[in-house]
Amino acid sequence: MNDKEWPLYEVFIRSKSGLSHRHAGSIHAADDQMALDHARDTYTRRTEGVSIWVVRSSQIVASDPAETSAFFEPAEDKIYRHPTFYDIPDGVENL
Amino acid sequence: MYTQGLDQKGQSDSRRDGLESAADLDAFQKRVDAEEKIEAKDWMPEAYRRTLIRQISQHAHSEIIGMQPEGNWLTRAPSLKRKAILLAKVQDEAGHGLYLYSSAETLGVSRDEMVADLLSGKAKYSSIFNYPTVTWADIGAIGWLVDGAAIMNQIPLCRCSYGPYARAMVRICKEESFHQRQGFDILHELCNGTVEQKAMAQDALNRWWWPSLMMFGPSDAESRHSAQSMAWKIKRFSNDELRQKFVDVTVPQAGFLGLTVPDDDLEFDEETGHYRFGEIDWQEFIEVIKGNGPCNKQRMAKRRKAHDDGAWVREAARAYGEKQAAKQAA
Repeated sequence: MNDKEWPLYEVFIRSKSGLSHRHAGSIHAADDQMALDHARDTYTRRTEGVSIWVVRSSQIVASDPAETSAFFEPAEDKIYRHPTFYDIPDGVENL
Repeated sequence: MYTQGLDQKGQSDSRRDGLESAADLDAFQKRVDAEEKIEAKDWMPEAYRRTLIRQISQHAHSEIIGMQPEGNWLTRAPSLKRKAILLAKVQDEAGHGLYLYSSAETLGVSRDEMVADLLSGKAKYSSIFNYPTVTWADIGAIGWLVDGAAIMNQIPLCRCSYGPYARAMVRICKEESFHQRQGFDILHELCNGTVEQKAMAQDALNRWWWPSLMMFGPSDAESRHSAQSMAWKIKRFSNDELRQKFVDVTVPQAGFLGLTVPDDDLEFDEETGHYRFGEIDWQEFIEVIKGNGPCNKQRMAKRRKAHDDGAWVREAARAYGEKQAAKQAA
């Protein structure tokens, strides 16, 4: 018998309206509907969510941790993008 | 992202072939010392990866096998309320097993490999689940003592250096607290019941006390993996420290129930503020770990049967899923 593993899905849960979905963990399921059902049973037994996204783990494209510093380097020397870069003269308000 | 590369054997082997430079190891230790979390795809020493896979999968297996002693009372719970609560608790144990398997998978081991290791007997699970649940009071004792000991062990794991494991533990700890309280509640009711009911509670404590203390593992002097795990901040406290904490909080709770802890050497030490307790029967512990506990064979046989009986369901669901996907693609 072919007892190969079911595909892996990553689970994202919106805990309440107004908040974004957040990664909760992963589950195995044979198809998309089963992935939603398993995600509900595994990650929201205590009403931890109002919405669930599941996505095949193999479909996620991720940055490489080994390249982290090079990848994010272009943002590092642009401190003028932060409001704290600017000196505001005394006496100027509401800025 | 986390777990798609399942059987990364080739990768692990090349790492083992001496590619770990002193500089890499040093940089890794510095990250750990600075309390930085290590994430799934970050570089890590092969031994760190192996230690975590062993520990997390053992933990997952324990949750899965742990459903059996309590499942034994699902159809015989004394009321509908108790039955509903016990069902929810056993379902939580399954959930905990799944959180943990998924966090171990982020380290590059497949679910299938872990399950195969459990079924073949290569992987271990906690010794405590090899003891029988012969009365309803045992369900109370498991919640109060076994889950109580588990909480002691698991709260520091929420700060484990490995991110996916730490996050799974946060989720688990939130749920364990319900487990422990429902167990205490069962015993509290029995202890305030008839003489026979109270005797049943005492009998359960007599049988579960020592095996619960063994759950913390060998004494510090005997523990093979402790020092390295502490350096890597996988473990935060030693086995003996956690065991002592457990005794210190649990003995007064037994007193509240009016039960006697089955240890003639148990004594409060005014000077240290801790309870001194008797010697654990380590021979019993070793025997249970080796597979010679009262229920080892039964637990494994039941798990293997459930796995085999479910094979056609897994296969059918997978075939259906593949067929639907092919239809959609066409």
